[in-house]
Amino acid sequence: MDLRFTPEEIAFRDEVRAFIRDNLPADIRERMRLGYPPRKQDTVAWQRILNRKGWAAPHWPVEYGGTGWSPVQRMIFIEENLAAPAPELLSFNITMIGPVLIQFGTDEQKRRFLDRARNLDDWWCQGFSEPGAGSDLAALKTAARREGDFYVVNGSKIWTSTAHNADWCFVLVRTNPNAAKRQEGISFLLIDMKTPGITVRPIVSIDGEHHLNEVFFDEVKVPVSMRVHEENRGWDVAKFLLGNERVGIARLGKSRERIGAAKEMARQVKANGRPLIQDDEFRRRVAQIEVDMKALQITQYRVVSAHAKQRDGRPDPLSSVLKVKGTELLQATTELAMDVGGPLAMPHWARELAAFANEPDALAEGLEQSTGSYLFLRAASIYGGTNEIQKNILTKAVLRL
Amino acid sequence: MDFELTDEQRLLKDSVDRLMADRYAFESRKTYLKEPAGWSADLWSRYAELGLLGLPFAEQHGGFGGGPVEVMLVMEAMGRALALEPYLATVILGGTAIRLAGNADQQNAILPAIAEGRMKLAFAHGERQARYDLSDVATTAKRDGKGWVLDGSKSVVMHGDSADKIVVSARTEGARDDADGITLFLVDAHAPGLARRGYTLRDETRAAELALNNVPVTEADVLGEVGKGFPVIERVAQAGIAAMGAEVVGAMETMHAMTLDYARTREQFGKPIGQNQVVQHRLAEMLMSMEQGRSMAMLATMSVEEPDAAERARSMSMAKVGYGQAARFVSQQSIQLHGGIGMTEEYAVGHYFRRCMVIEHTFGDTAYHLGRLAAEVA
Repeated sequence: MDLRFTPEEIAFRDEVRAFIRDNLPADIRERMRLGYPPRKQDTVAWQRILNRKGWAAPHWPVEYGGTGWSPVQRMIFIEENLAAPAPELLSFNITMIGPVLIQFGTDEQKRRFLDRARNLDDWWCQGFSEPGAGSDLAALKTAARREGDFYVVNGSKIWTSTAHNADWCFVLVRTNPNAAKRQEGISFLLIDMKTPGITVRPIVSIDGEHHLNEVFFDEVKVPVSMRVHEENRGWDVAKFLLGNERVGIARLGKSRERIGAAKEMARQVKANGRPLIQDDEFRRRVAQIEVDMKALQITQYRVVSAHAKQRDGRPDPLSSVLKVKGTELLQATTELAMDVGGPLAMPHWARELAAFANEPDALAEGLEQSTGSYLFLRAASIYGGTNEIQKNILTKAVLRL
Repeated sequence: MDFELTDEQRLLKDSVDRLMADRYAFESRKTYLKEPAGWSADLWSRYAELGLLGLPFAEQHGGFGGGPVEVMLVMEAMGRALALEPYLATVILGGTAIRLAGNADQQNAILPAIAEGRMKLAFAHGERQARYDLSDVATTAKRDGKGWVLDGSKSVVMHGDSADKIVVSARTEGARDDADGITLFLVDAHAPGLARRGYTLRDETRAAELALNNVPVTEADVLGEVGKGFPVIERVAQAGIAAMGAEVVGAMETMHAMTLDYARTREQFGKPIGQNQVVQHRLAEMLMSMEQGRSMAMLATMSVEEPDAAERARSMSMAKVGYGQAARFVSQQSIQLHGGIGMTEEYAVGHYFRRCMVIEHTFGDTAYHLGRLAAEVA
C-alpha cells in the first residue's frame, strides 16, 4: 500500500502540467482564473488543442482516438486540467455520446460522429429530463411514432444545458407507450438541432445566467438511421451512459481551484482590522474543507485504483460516494468563496456596476464570479442524479436493502 | 499509488482476523473483562505466539519487521473485536518510544521481552493540566548523585495499572510548556515512590493515575537524550493516532454492519425499518462517512514514516479530524437507528460507541487538531 504517486505517475503529471502551461491560450487562462465559466469558443478552442495532442478523449479505446491511459493517469489529467484552470472537456461529447456510439453505434454512426465529437466540430447536448420526468427518468413522455424511414417526435425536454450552443442532441423518446414495463418502451435517438420543429427556450438560472433550456419538439422528423441500439432498448443505452466514466466525478480540481481563489481574496479583504485570512473562524472553515478534500482525494484514489484492477467495466457503486461527497465539497468551497465578499458579495458587478468602474477591478471580478458559482453550483447536487438518488443507488447496490 | 496488500500482509490479516473471530465473540469479551487485569492473559500469550507483540520490531529483537500497514491490519481486527488487551499501550506507544529513543542495551532488554509476552509497557505522558498540549509537562526530574529523582503526577495513563515498565516524561529544564527540556525515563512499575491507581475508562479499557514521589531512576534508565524528549513524544503520539485510526475503522465497520443487519430484521409498522427511505439514507450516509474515515485512517498509516516533520504533523492532524468526525457520526447514528436496544449495556453497539469516544479524546480531539490546522492557514 502506498498513497504516493509512483515516479512514472509524477512524470506523467509533470508532462500534463507543462503541456497545459505551454498551450492554454493566455486569455482563456485569465478568464478562468477569475472564475468565469468558459465561453463556447473557449471550450471549443481548448478541446481542439487537446485533440491535436491526442488527449481529447482520454478513456476512449485507442482505435477511436483514446489515449490508452490508466484510470490513475486519467484522474491526474482531469485534475490538472481543472486546477490549471482550463475549460473541461465537453462531457456530452467525451463522456456521454462518444462511449455510447463506440458501444452501441452502427459503423455509419461511428464514422459520421466520433471524430467530429472528439474535435468538437459538433457540440452535443443531452435530452433526457422532462417536466414530468426528473429523478424518475423512466416516466418520460416525449413520443416518437414510426412513419416509414422516420420517427416523428413530439414533446419537450427540460434542463437541457447548452442546447442553445448545440448542433446535435441525444434524446430519449417513448416508442412503445404500451410496454409492460415503462423502461421497455424507450428508444435513444440522435437529433440534428437544425431539424424543423425544434424550439429552444432559454431558462435563466438563479445566478442570472443562461446555461439551461427547455427544448420543444413539434412533429420533428428523425431518420430511423439515427436510432442508437434497438428500438425500445434505449434504456440500456441510458444506463450505460450514466454509469460510464466516473473518474473525475468528484471534481476535486474545481474544489481545489475555488478554495485557492477564496484564500487569495481573503488576503485582500479585511475583517476586524486585519486580513480575513487571519480570522479564526475563517481559518477553521478552510481547515475543515481541506480535511474533507484530503479524505475525498484518497477515497477517489481508492475507487480509481480498484477500477484499474477490475476489468469488467461495471461502475463501482462507491462512485456514488464520490458524486455526493464531491458535490458537497464543491458547494462548501463555493459557499466559502462567496462569503469572503461580505457585503461585496451582493452586487451583480459585471451587469449593474460595470458603468461605474474606471479601471479593471480584479477583486470585484473575483467576487462576481464567487457569488455566481455559489449560486449556480447549488445545481451540483441535483444534476447527474441528485444526491438523494445517489443514496438510493448506494442503498440498493451496496447496502442491499 | 497502490492500495493492494502483499501476500505476507494478506496472510497476517487472515490469521489475526481468524483469531479474533474465534476468540473474541462479544460474550467471550465479557468473561475477559472479569479477569483480574481486565483483559485476557491467555489471548496475550496467543498474540505473542502469532508474532503480533513483536510486529513492528526488528528481527534482531525477536520482531517481525512489520511497518505501519501491518500494524494497521492488526489494529483493524482489534477494533472489530473491541479487544481489551494493552496492545496499543505496549507495542505501539511504549514500543515506539523504545524503538526511536532506546539505546542498544535498552532495546535488547525490552523489545524481545515484549515480543515474547513477558513485558508490558505504558506511556505516561499526559498530565491533568495539560489537556492535549504535548509540551505541557510539570512532572520534574532532578539530578541526584549518579541518577535522577522524579516528582509529579500523570493522568489517564492507558494500561498504566498492568504495565511492568513505564515510559515517563519529566521536565529536566525550562518552563512548564516548553518543548525543550523534556526527558523520557524508564521507570519500573514497582519503583519506590511510585503509586498507581488503576481504573476502567468509559469503554472498559484500563488506565491509571500515577503519583511519583521522589522516584529514583538510574542514568541507565534515561531514554534518549536528556532534554530532547519532545520529538520522540510527538512520534509516539503519531504512531498512536495511526494505530487508533485503524482501530476506529474496524469499529465503524462493525457498527455499520450491525446497524444494517438490525434495519433488515427489526420490524415496525408491519415491515423492516430498513424499508423506510429515511433509514436507508441514514445508512448510506454512514457508509459514506465510514469510507471517508477509512481514507483518513489510511492517510495516518501512510504518514507514520513520512520524513518531513511538518508534513507528517499536518497529515496526522487531518487524519485525526477526519476519522474522528466519521466515527462520531457513524457511532451516534448506530445507536439512533437501533433505538432503545442501542442504549443498553448488554448490547454491543454502545460499547463500540464508547470506544470511539475514548479514541477521539486520546492524543488530541477533533477541535484540537482542527485548531492546529487552522493556525497554519495563510
